[in-house]
Parts: sequence; C-alpha cells; structure tokens
Amino acid sequence: MSGYFSEIYTGGKSLLIGLGVTFRAFIKPVVTVQYPREKIDVSPNIRGHIELIKCNDIEAKHDCRVCGMCAKNCPCNCIVVEGEKQEGVKGKVLTVFTVDFTKCSLCGLCVETCSRSALRFSNEYELAGFTREEFHFDLIKRLEEK
Amino acid sequence: MATQTKFDTQDKHRFLLNMGPQHPATHGVLRVVLEMDGEYTMGIDPILGYGHRMQEKMGESKVWPGFYPNTGRMDYVGAMPFNHGYVALIERMAGVTVPERAEYIRVITSELNRISSHLLGIGAYVLDLGAFTPILYAFDDREDILDALEDITGSRLTYCYYRAGGVSKDIDDTFIRRTRAFIENFRTRIPMYNDLVTNNIIFIKRTKDVGIITADMARRYGATGPVLRGSGIAYDIRKSEPYSVYSQFDFDIPTGENGDSLDRYNVRIHEMEQSLRIIEQALDKLPDGPVYEKPKKVKLQPGDCSFSVETARGALTYYLVGDGSETPYKLKIRVPSFSNLSLLREMCEGMLIADLVSAMGSLDLVIPEIDR
Repeated sequence: MSGYFSEIYTGGKSLLIGLGVTFRAFIKPVVTVQYPREKIDVSPNIRGHIELIKCNDIEAKHDCRVCGMCAKNCPCNCIVVEGEKQEGVKGKVLTVFTVDFTKCSLCGLCVETCSRSALRFSNEYELAGFTREEFHFDLIKRLEEK
Repeated sequence: MATQTKFDTQDKHRFLLNMGPQHPATHGVLRVVLEMDGEYTMGIDPILGYGHRMQEKMGESKVWPGFYPNTGRMDYVGAMPFNHGYVALIERMAGVTVPERAEYIRVITSELNRISSHLLGIGAYVLDLGAFTPILYAFDDREDILDALEDITGSRLTYCYYRAGGVSKDIDDTFIRRTRAFIENFRTRIPMYNDLVTNNIIFIKRTKDVGIITADMARRYGATGPVLRGSGIAYDIRKSEPYSVYSQFDFDIPTGENGDSLDRYNVRIHEMEQSLRIIEQALDKLPDGPVYEKPKKVKLQPGDCSFSVETARGALTYYLVGDGSETPYKLKIRVPSFSNLSLLREMCEGMLIADLVSAMGSLDLVIPEIDR
C-alpha cells in the first residue's frame, strides 16, 4: 500500500517538474519565425541549383569552355552543354547550357570537376512551380538577365 | 502486395487491421498487417517495399562517384555515416589515403549527425506515445546542428559531403565556434529532457517492460545499434572494429539492462552525451592540413571488399564487387533498420496495440532505408 502512495507522490511530482519545463519555455521570448512574412538569412554556402559565374572582363560573361566534364560527371544526366566553333575565337563557344532541376540531386560533382571554376551553386531555395518545364533552367539566359 | 501470413479466420472475434502504409506511427510507408483479437495483436506481418528505389541497382549502373548522392537518401535522418561507409569502402578497395584533418572532420560531422538523428528519433518516439511538446524541444536543438552542417555541406538533410580521399569542403572557424556553443548548450539541455520526458511517470509506464528484447533474441535476429545495446550487448563498430580515427577518442558504449523500450530510449540519450565527448576531443585535436586529396582515376579492381560503419541506427555494411571497370559489378547494402524490424513479430505478439506502437517506435525505424 505504501508503494501505491509513494508512486502517486513521485509520479505527480514528475508531472509537475515536466510542466515546469513547459512553463519556463512559455515565458521565454518567441522563436517562431513567421515565414514568408519574415525570413531568416540563409547561409551563402547552401546548394541551390547550379549557375554560371559572371565574369565582367570577358565578352561571353562566363568562363565556360564547353569541355563537357560537368555533363559527363553528372550522375543524374541533368546537364546539357553544347558549343560550336566560331571564327576568330579560340576553342568552342557555349551555345546551350541547361539544367533539368527535377532530376538534379545536388551532389556538387559538376562544380568540383569544372576545370575553369565557371560553375557555382545559386542560393535560390524558394522554388515552386506547376509544370516540370519551369525547372528546366537555361543558365546562359539566366546569366544575361543578371 | 498481399500478406503471406496465414491468419486464423475461423474465429469470428478475430479481424485484420492494416497499420499503414500511411500510418503516422510507422514514420514512412511501412504497412503492418495485424491480426487483432479485441485490442490484442495476435499476428503481425510487416510488408515492405513501398519505398523501393533500386538503390543497389543504381549503384551498379553508373560510375562509382555517381552513387555519392544516393548514399544520403537511404537514411535521410542520419545521412553522414551512410556517406562515410561508401567513401571508406572505395578508399579501402582502391587504397586511397585520406588526409588526417579530413578524417577528423568526418568524425565531427558524423557525430553531430548522430545527435540530430537521435533527437529526431526520441522526439518522434514520444510523439507516438501521445506527447506533442518534446519533439519541438528536440527540433529546437536539432536546428542548431542542421544550421552548422548546412553552412559547410550546403544541405540540411541529404548530405553529399564526403568524397573518396577527403571531404568536399573544409570547416571554418564559424563552424567550430558554433559546434562548441552547441556542445555547451546541449549539455545543459540533457537534464531538461530528463525532466520533461525520461522521468515522466506516464512515459515510464508506457515504456518500462514493454517490448522486451533479450540478449539472445537480439543476437538471433542480428539486431544492431541502440536496439542491440539496449539489450545489454556492448557492441559498437566504432569500438569493436574502429574505422577512421575513432580509436583515438575516449568514449563509452552505453548499454541497457532489461532490453525494454525504456532502455533503448535511455541508450540513445546516453549516446548523445558520448557523441558530445567525441566531438569535443576531435575539435581539440583537430590537425591542420589539406582536407581533400583527389585520387587519380580509380578503377575498381576485380575482387570484393566490404566496409562497416556505425550509423545512428546500427551497423551499416557496404559490400562491393569490382570487375576492373569504374562501375561496381555488384553493390550490396546491409542496412541496420531491416534487421531491427525483423524483431517486431516475436517482440510484439500478444501485445496490446497501444504497446505495439510504443515498442515499434523504440526501434527507431527509417523506412526508406529498409526499402532502399
């Protein structure tokens, strides 16, 4: 019988201690962020989809030489890179650079294998759309728009 | 997918009940067919495969670096050790050396990930038992870890950070400062979890002597991780077969006594404390130097190789057969949750359905890892 009452005592005490924790949290300042009205700064290192890095001192605005290593190393086959020979220009000139972001798994092998360091991850994370085509990014167009 | 088990349909009081595939307490798409007699579960048949993505076949269909992103997507709660197992396997097979700093970074990030995984596991477990608040406290602490890891790995959950030959990015002072602040803060939080959950009479009543796994039973089914250690067997790959630089750290393996749900929960709490110790030592000893030495073109030599690591849920083994090309001929992944799930039938037969939820939650299953 004494075990019964001591259990009620210890059990009731444990519940009150637990409620004490909740009460302390209750009077602490609010930590909830009212997204999307409020936003937290994201780390500059987050991996969004890839993008070409802008270089202002060259005509093409980017440093891609169409070696195709990014497309070759991509495990998801989501990168298409095409180039053509143009007169008076050494090497190839980039004509198509698209990423199918619906397939990308953000491993970063393309960025690591780029010998010219012409690629990086963008910081865009608020991506939503109604069609798959909205996630087929044309990186050259994107660079020009910047 | 029909159930293979023969249920007793003659008894008119018995009925079949589907738990899942969309049941919140299964934490994923696991379907458990239960044969009920009133509130007692007399037959249990887990049906797997709803989340099957052919991960092993995907590993065999592309060159070995192409499998990096897949490793983090099997166990999305504790992805770092899954990364670790795969890169370490390739390193062992091809004889790639890893800079010491990279090994330390791997240990630090893996242990941080283990803590975040246990926090989620504990939070979700208590949520299954009907207490909603503790998961929010757990997520509060987990947020600190995710923020720190996001800053260096670029992702919050499905990390793809380790490479054969090192890690993809060096850690910086901000990360070290954040991690130290987290350790200091989390040490003060563990007593709070004890006040809130561990000592709570309702929690104890729901978990003590529920879902007992004896040491013999754990051995028979090949249980691993906190489930095995909860049954009193101090087996941890980090101690028994130390990989990376784990042999240089001083830490204990917490074990339980009775093998019930409460012991498994307690093992997880104590493991988080031990992980804090490991991280602290690793940060103190962190050497300077490069973090990634890119290996020359690695061909997977004819022959086989395996590598085991300790994930948050137990022993994970990758087994690879090479044929001289860059693509694995065969990749087999032995995941911890699969063997832990196999205990379910013997553990839960004849139990009240409310206790079954408690016992199953204490196994901390991650279903995509089982289905892979």
